[in-house]
Amino acid sequence: MFEIFSYPFIQNAFLAGSVVAVVAAVLGYFLVVRGLSFAGHALSTIGFAGAAGAVLVGVPPVYGLMTFTVIASLAISLLGRDIRERDIATGVIMILALGFGVLFLSLYHGYAERAYSILFGTVVGISRSDVLLTALSGLGVLACLAAISRPLLFSSFDPELAETRGVPVTFLGGFFLVLVAITISITTQVVGILLIFALLIGPPATALRLLHQPMQVISLAVILGLAYTWLGILLGANSSWPVSFFITAFSFGVYLPVRLLSKRGLKRVEIAFGSERHA
Amino acid sequence: MPESIVCLEEVDVHLGDASILQNINLSIEAGEFIVILGPNGAGKTTLLKVLLGLVQPTSGRVQVLGASPRRGQREIGYIPQHRDMDAEFGLRGRDLVAFGLDGHRWGIGLPSRSRREKIDRALKEVDALELAEAPFEQLSGGEQKRLLIAQALLTDPHLLLLDEPLADLDLAYQKETVALMDKVCRTRGVTVLLVSHDINPLLQATDRVLFIAHGHAAIGAPDEVITSATLTQLYRSPVEVVHTLGRYFVVGAEI
Repeated sequence: MFEIFSYPFIQNAFLAGSVVAVVAAVLGYFLVVRGLSFAGHALSTIGFAGAAGAVLVGVPPVYGLMTFTVIASLAISLLGRDIRERDIATGVIMILALGFGVLFLSLYHGYAERAYSILFGTVVGISRSDVLLTALSGLGVLACLAAISRPLLFSSFDPELAETRGVPVTFLGGFFLVLVAITISITTQVVGILLIFALLIGPPATALRLLHQPMQVISLAVILGLAYTWLGILLGANSSWPVSFFITAFSFGVYLPVRLLSKRGLKRVEIAFGSERHA
Repeated sequence: MPESIVCLEEVDVHLGDASILQNINLSIEAGEFIVILGPNGAGKTTLLKVLLGLVQPTSGRVQVLGASPRRGQREIGYIPQHRDMDAEFGLRGRDLVAFGLDGHRWGIGLPSRSRREKIDRALKEVDALELAEAPFEQLSGGEQKRLLIAQALLTDPHLLLLDEPLADLDLAYQKETVALMDKVCRTRGVTVLLVSHDINPLLQATDRVLFIAHGHAAIGAPDEVITSATLTQLYRSPVEVVHTLGRYFVVGAEI
């Protein structure tokens, strides 16, 4: 089972997968606490249009991904400051981008394989230079995130209070979404655009159910993300099933029981079934 | 002559096209406990935002702690109106209080002994040491309020602004919160401006009442301001105030 590690493409998959798992888990924590899961999903869908456009004009998909997601993230943060407004703005932009994605695909007469790999990832098709690019951008994102993490968390918790204390709330919101855009662009290679949620939202959402301290939540999310990715690649390489299937299956397979069995989950079930017991 | 902490002269405030406050004049001295009363939408929260530098007045002069209002003023502690939070933050009581200390600074914020001691001291002052490690979202409204007050006290403010701290609290918690605010005001000499819908639970602590209705304000001792004559004038319709059994009852108007 472990002899696969002698293949360079498996090594590359592990390296790139590990970087992506760590960056996605850390960023995902802030995405979840800021209530931006939908924006995260929308940005990845928007990235699809960018990637399809890049394929059409013959440049590497990651450039199209970056361009589209960064522009969209700025548009989303400018258009919607209020949560409800933001979801509508996000949805409208996402649909427009999807439309362009379809157009680009229909204009492209090459292999459908390219589109397929954007949607679902090609973790075993990653070159050493891809790994390097992923690692460098991942480190960049983590460094930026570390620099803004404290005021970002403060402004996520209570934007108004943070503003009175001199936190540049609007700037931080926009800057954070740009980091999300970059992360999505580099994550796509590993799990693909449609399955990005598995690494971005799954691990931090699970960790938030179990722990109650930001540093611990983030650490557990990183461990979970790495575990899903490593197991996914290991199983994918030893079977004919795709790696991204295993990663998403683990992500959901762990989240569901944790959600149902954690204290808060149980309380909700009790309420739903009219139990007399109170916490 | 006592030092004026807050001073407004002929202040008008518009939000968009709507005129919220008109010709507000008031002066608040150090150490006063002021309760701001008035109906919903009267401009109570807007007034706090003017003092915090979040809303700019259209005209008039505003002085807070001897200067024009500006954001990031550490001498002002602010406790915003309670909101139901849907999101889970994974924050302990201690993490929330820490926002007051250094939430605005860049970087991760590594734990240190002096940081911990400062936070513990603030928790102790509001009698919330036992909430330090508890998940914030799972605490009751009153417990969350105490932590928010601790957060606001960490910067050693001279002025404390509280937006409806008693809303959503049951009577026991209301009493506890008022006693805590009273203690903070008297022992620290902090000036308190507190927005409320009910003066009665606050009467023992209150120095003066600032009543805002229809964009106009009246300030003075409770028995000067909460009278049929003053409120009838503010509301521009007949209002009857009954002062009995040490409580005020306002008939004919929503507070």
